[in-house]
Amino acid sequence: MAVVETRGLVKQFGEGAAAVDGIDLASADGEFLVLLGPSGCGKTTLLRMIGGLEPPTAGDVLIGGRVVTNLPPRARQIAMVFQSYALYPHMSVANNIAFPLKAAKVPKAEQEKKVAWAAGILGIEGLLDRRPRQLSGGQRQRVALARALVREPNVFLLDEPLSNLDAQRRASARDELQGFQRRVGTTTIYVTHDQVEAMGMGDRIAVINQGRIRQLGTPREIYDDPADTFVATFLGSPPMNLIPRNGHLLGFRPEHVAPRQMLEGAGGDLVPIHFLATREEYLGAERLVYGEVEGAKAVARFPSTVDVPAEPGRGYEFAVLARDLKRFDAATGLRVAGPA
Amino acid sequence: MSTIAATPPPETRERRYLLDREGVLGPLMLLPAVVYIIALVGFPLGLAIAYSLSDVTIGDQGLDWVGFRNFVDVAKNGTFQKALRNTFLFTLASQVLVLTLANILALVLSSDFKGKRLVRFLILLPWTTPIALGAIGWLWLLDSVYSPIDWVLRQVNLLGPGTIFGPRGNMYWTAKADLAQLSVLLIHTWRTLPLATVILLAGLTAIPQDVKDAANVDGAGFWRQLIYIRIPLLLPIMAVATLFGMVFTFTDMTVVYVLTRGGPIDNTQVLASWAYFKGIEGGNLAQGAAIAMFLFPVLVGVAVLMLRMARRTETT
Repeated sequence: MAVVETRGLVKQFGEGAAAVDGIDLASADGEFLVLLGPSGCGKTTLLRMIGGLEPPTAGDVLIGGRVVTNLPPRARQIAMVFQSYALYPHMSVANNIAFPLKAAKVPKAEQEKKVAWAAGILGIEGLLDRRPRQLSGGQRQRVALARALVREPNVFLLDEPLSNLDAQRRASARDELQGFQRRVGTTTIYVTHDQVEAMGMGDRIAVINQGRIRQLGTPREIYDDPADTFVATFLGSPPMNLIPRNGHLLGFRPEHVAPRQMLEGAGGDLVPIHFLATREEYLGAERLVYGEVEGAKAVARFPSTVDVPAEPGRGYEFAVLARDLKRFDAATGLRVAGPA
Repeated sequence: MSTIAATPPPETRERRYLLDREGVLGPLMLLPAVVYIIALVGFPLGLAIAYSLSDVTIGDQGLDWVGFRNFVDVAKNGTFQKALRNTFLFTLASQVLVLTLANILALVLSSDFKGKRLVRFLILLPWTTPIALGAIGWLWLLDSVYSPIDWVLRQVNLLGPGTIFGPRGNMYWTAKADLAQLSVLLIHTWRTLPLATVILLAGLTAIPQDVKDAANVDGAGFWRQLIYIRIPLLLPIMAVATLFGMVFTFTDMTVVYVLTRGGPIDNTQVLASWAYFKGIEGGNLAQGAAIAMFLFPVLVGVAVLMLRMARRTETT
């Protein structure tokens, strides 16, 4: 078990903007920490620097309190699962899992025991003689996890391990992966661009954009108290509405909009929103109503179980609870304290 | 419910043009290739087989059947035995050398360094040189009196009285049996190395970066990665490079013809050159054809292997 820490980590590829632009980050011991951001934000580069696959331009990486910046990956006591799983195509599943042990010159009998143990945890005992190309995506992912687990590393580094699975399989894989991490209790750093994965699995999420951490916090903190407009609009689908008012941006989530009379019993001050509906999407479990508020585009989301009239072309008197309103500086996009 | 437009009744359909019919167009398009193969591969092969079973010479072109007498005569001949041994020796030894060197070169060239493009270009050069010109260049380099290689050896005190290669002032590369064989072997290596290097380089770059990264993270050092990851993943492409090199070396007569003419005393003779000397220069077409026919089984074997590999890459 170990804490992973980065201090002022910078990665510059050639000229131009840095891919990773001075990141200070510390995981807790045994934590499931998610690095979330759009593609090209530097999250994978950050992970590769932690793993030792990419030398940083500046700054340090610490694992378990030890500075490992100049150590090769094999000396860092880490294991990594890649987006493509990167299984060795010419080796059987058993040999794939045993490869890190062979590299560490573990005795043969011990190797077999460890392989059986790791295969048992991931439920792939029946696949040990197969080749990677004979496996499904989900099975490959488990083999990759078993290969990562077998060395009992201090840290797991996972680079979008679910992105090659189909949508159905992904939901159950999320569940399995988190259960697995809880069981082994190893500090895990997980890179994804998928907010559902991040919200669903992370103990904490670091939202990254343009090489910098925009916010670090629990899924609830990130969603309910976004630090800036990037975080506010990157998380949530559809994202937070931002309405310019008095030199600020007024932010509220689509699910927080409701007809006035429905919110009156909720307890709390109401802020009226005049909502001009333009279009409606029926999505089964919910309805999305697109429209305009004070000239800016906005979305409201209603559960299908609640009957809210919202005909395109008509204006409605909606409201938001004052505590659900966030204020952002129009120029910097940063959160501004105080009531709306 | 939406409706689907009905198909027009058959009588209103227009007739297809003749060239739109696959049964006509397919054979038509294949015809040039078939004619080419029959005229330039099939016919000469048939002729060679017919010659090898007859007593044809340049003087008497009648094809009188003699059965396998040419093969028996040829096989008893001491020069033929030398040529057969040399052909296999040059092919196998040069390909072992080429494979080893090409692996090293490909590994070096796949890493990043300044001037990589220039070095790659230089390494490819021998492949672009016409083989006869290359051989003539080597003929000069290995000249018995004016060899620049000898000059260099003399300058660094490896050749001359009281040195390892001494006491004479020249190596006489093409005049001594073992040196002449070594020279032919090295020229074949020099010639096929570039292609093998480029093929292996392509194979190396085709190994996914993730797999290399995974091996790094899994704790494998350079040698373990080389032996357990890179070489096994390169094996199929190495086989392709070797088969190409084998065909080129096995059937080549230019190097021997230009450099040594098979000498000294037939010590560098190969099947291709011996077939030429015997059949064309010696005028015994029947025996020349019989000698050349000994190349056939090996080439068929190589062709089968290549086709099998091509099919495997098609299906996976």
